[in-house]
Amino acid sequence: MHELVVTKSIHQLVLRHAQKADAKRVLTVTLEIGALSDLQTEWLQRYFDRLSRNTVSEGAILNITRVPAVFLCKQCCQTFEISSLLDGDLTCQQCHSSEVSLVSGKEYHVINMEVL
Amino acid sequence: MEEIRLIDIKEEILSDNRGLADQLREKLSKENVFFINIMGSPGAGKTSLILKTIEALTHRYRIAVIEADIDSMVDSEKIAALGIHAVQIHTGGFCHVDASMVEKAVESLPFGDLELLILENVGNLVCPAETDTGAFKNVAILSVPEGDDKPLKYPLIFTVCDALVVNKLDYMDLTDFDLDRMRKRTRALNERIQVFPLSCKTSHGTENWIRWLEQEISNFQNKPLLEPG
Repeated sequence: MHELVVTKSIHQLVLRHAQKADAKRVLTVTLEIGALSDLQTEWLQRYFDRLSRNTVSEGAILNITRVPAVFLCKQCCQTFEISSLLDGDLTCQQCHSSEVSLVSGKEYHVINMEVL
Repeated sequence: MEEIRLIDIKEEILSDNRGLADQLREKLSKENVFFINIMGSPGAGKTSLILKTIEALTHRYRIAVIEADIDSMVDSEKIAALGIHAVQIHTGGFCHVDASMVEKAVESLPFGDLELLILENVGNLVCPAETDTGAFKNVAILSVPEGDDKPLKYPLIFTVCDALVVNKLDYMDLTDFDLDRMRKRTRALNERIQVFPLSCKTSHGTENWIRWLEQEISNFQNKPLLEPG
């Protein structure tokens, strides 16, 4: 359910750009999705396959680039990546300060697509 | 053999909804209606917070509420019982409210006689975080029994909110909820978020939330410029 709404939006965006480019077929769609989002690749592709039936984007492969959650430490000015927020607290890996702020991980973009 | 072309897009997913939400903010700005979106888990206290807010502000502002539920009227009946204009949206299985649903709901509102519009989003910490409703300010409500690890489990919602209400402070002694730890986790995700620990049941701490809201309404009324949601 969660991925369906997002996939509909992706699909509409893809069709709009395909029409603008006068494309006959969409081969791949590259997405950039931040680590803070829990969108599952499998469900995005499954819904996309369903939504794209009988359109120029039928059969297109979604390439998903996951952008890691990166934080900046305000004490020592180092940036650090957290692969899973659930692993522990959001503290600096260098100086252990909790004065940190989010730099990336919220991305939610369609980057490009390959068309014929 | 046909040539494969690479088309650069770099467009936000849900950009169509974002566009609609921007139009809605423009409309509400013109009508001078401050619109807030309240999000949180089922049972966190969204309706209780709205009832407390109405109680505190009904003498100062003309208020209307949009209640979104998958399929019931329970919450909107509670609001309407206070003599407040309540619009019910049935999302029909949809797990969040989007800008098009709000656009439809506001059609029946008494514009010209309205200053504060409150949306109670569907009880969910995932999908509402991704979808711009057209609100000027977003508020998340988290209750003490849910635990202080919610920012780690559902980080996105904490990044899109202007305020976080921590409800059910009266339960604190029964749990190992650590307010300071929760604040640090939340601030790491979103530096500008304002945190309001309170209890809708005992009213403890509600004055800070009300003061923040009054200030935001005042800022909006004195400078009704468009702001990103």
